[in-house]
Amino acid sequence: MRRLNLYALTFRLPIIIWQALFFIGPLLFVIAMSFFVVKNFRMVETFEFDSWSKMISRDFVWSAYRYTLVMAGSAAALASLLAFPAAWFLAFRCSAQARQLAILLLIIPFFTSYLVRTFSWYTILAESGVLNGGFALLGLGPFTMLNTPFGTLVGYLTFVLPLVLILQTVTMANIDDRLIQAARNLGCSSARTIRSVILPAGKTGFIIAALFAFILSFGDFVAPFYLGGSNPPTMPILIIDTTKAGQQWPRAAVVAVMMMLTLFTIAFAAIMFAYRKRASR
Amino acid sequence: MTIFLRAYLVLIFGFVFLPIIVSMLFSFNSDRFPTLPMSGFTLEWYQTIFADPDFWRSAKNSLIVAGSTCIIATFLGFCTAYTDYRYSFRGKSLFLAIILLPPTIPLIIIALAMLAWFSRVGMSGQIVSIIAAHTVLTAPFAMAIIRLRLSQIDESLEAAAWNLGASEWRAMQEVILPFCKPAILSSLFLTAAVSFDEFTVAWFVSGLNKTLPVHVLEIVQGTIDPQVNAIGTLVFGISITLVVISQLLIFFRLQRAAS
Repeated sequence: MRRLNLYALTFRLPIIIWQALFFIGPLLFVIAMSFFVVKNFRMVETFEFDSWSKMISRDFVWSAYRYTLVMAGSAAALASLLAFPAAWFLAFRCSAQARQLAILLLIIPFFTSYLVRTFSWYTILAESGVLNGGFALLGLGPFTMLNTPFGTLVGYLTFVLPLVLILQTVTMANIDDRLIQAARNLGCSSARTIRSVILPAGKTGFIIAALFAFILSFGDFVAPFYLGGSNPPTMPILIIDTTKAGQQWPRAAVVAVMMMLTLFTIAFAAIMFAYRKRASR
Repeated sequence: MTIFLRAYLVLIFGFVFLPIIVSMLFSFNSDRFPTLPMSGFTLEWYQTIFADPDFWRSAKNSLIVAGSTCIIATFLGFCTAYTDYRYSFRGKSLFLAIILLPPTIPLIIIALAMLAWFSRVGMSGQIVSIIAAHTVLTAPFAMAIIRLRLSQIDESLEAAAWNLGASEWRAMQEVILPFCKPAILSSLFLTAAVSFDEFTVAWFVSGLNKTLPVHVLEIVQGTIDPQVNAIGTLVFGISITLVVISQLLIFFRLQRAAS
C-alpha cells in the first residue's frame, strides 16, 4: 500500500464529500423523516412512530404494496421469457457483427425519452388509437387497453425489455462454446441443451437481468400512472400523491423505506441465489 | 425454426421501436388525436413549441443542467476510476459502493430524498439542486467508462514517467489524462444525454426552474397534445447525436490504436 499523500487525497476526497452531501445524506434523511411528524402543516423533527403506525394500519397501503410486487414480478418474468428466444437466436444463430448491431440498436431506446415513449403508447393503445384503428380495418374491436394492468405491463416492458434482451444476449454469447458442442455431441436436442447447459451456465446473467427488470418496474411511476390509470395505485404513485398533494412527507418517507427494504431483501436473495455454487451431483 | 425465430426477433424489435416510430410519425400528423389512417402532413406542432416561451425556458434550463452535470460527473467519475485503478486501501469496496449504488435505487425514492434534503439545507427549487442530484445519478456511468479505459493502460507507463523524474502531477498530466481523453469525452456526452432525459428527480427538485422533460411531464398530465411528439422527436435527435458522437470518439480511437 502506498503512503497517503495530497495527490492521492485529491482523487479520493471530492467524491466522498460529494456523495456524503448529495447521496448518503439525503438517503439517511429520508429514513429519519419517516419518524418525523407534521403539525400545523409544518414538519417537526422528532422520533415518533406516528407515520409508520398510520401507514402500516391502512389497507390501501398493503394492497398497493401487493399490487406493485405482483406487477413488477410479472414484468420481470414476462421480460425474461419474452427476451429469451430472441436472445438465444442472437447469441447462437447470428454472426458477431449482427449481434453487435442488434445490441447497438437496443441501446437506442435508452436515449429516447421514456415519457415520450409512454405518451406514444398512450396514443397507440387508446380506444380510438392507432392499434384499435388497425383492428377496426379488420372489423375487430375496439379493445380497452388503457387504464388496465395490461397497459401498465406494456409500459414496464417498454422500459425493461431492451435491457433484459441485451443482458441475456451477452450472457449466452459468453457461454463457453465447447460446453454446447459437448452437449450436441452427446446427443442433446436444442431444448435439452438449453435446460441442461445454457440455463445453468448462464444462471447468474439471467437472474441479474430479471432483477434489474424487477427493480426498474418496482420503482417506475410513469407506466402505472399514464397507462394503468393509477387504478389501483402502485407504491411510487403513493409517494407522489402523499408528497405532492398531501404535503405528508413523513408518510411518503414510510412508503420509500418500505420500498427500499423490499428491494434490498429481494436483491440480496437474488444475488445469493445467482452466485450460489451448484451442489455437485 | 430459424424463420420463426427471425420473425420473433423482428416482432420484439417492433415492440421496442413502435412507440419511437409512432411518436416521430405523428409529430408531423395534422390531426390532434393520432389514429389510423393518418391525416395530412403538418409542421404545426413544431411551430407551436417554438412559439412557446415555456419550451425555450425549460430547454435552456435543461442545457445548463446537462452541461454542468456532465462536467462534474465526469470529473468525479475520473477521480474514482483513477483511485480504483491505482490504489488499494482498506474500505475500498465501501468507497466504490457509495459511488456505484445510486442507479440501483429507484429514482422516485432518490427524488423524495433529494426534495426533503434540499429543503432541509435551504437549497430547494434551484437549478443547482438538480445539477447536484444528476451528478450523483450519472457519476457511476462516467466512472465505468473511464475505468474501462484505464484497464487498457500499460501500468509501467506511469511508473516510467516517475522514473524519468516527473512528479505524480506531471505524470497525471502527461500520461494518464491524454490516455483517458477519448473515454473522458465519451463520458461527457453520455452523462449529458442521461441528465437531459431524466425527469423524476428533476420534477421533484426543480420547483419553478423546470427542465424540458418536466415540461413534457406537465403537458402529458393535461391532455393529448401532439406537441409532446414534436418535443420528443427533437430531444431524441439531440440525445442520439450526443451518443453517436461519444461512440464515434471511442470507435476512431480504437481504429487508430489498431493501425
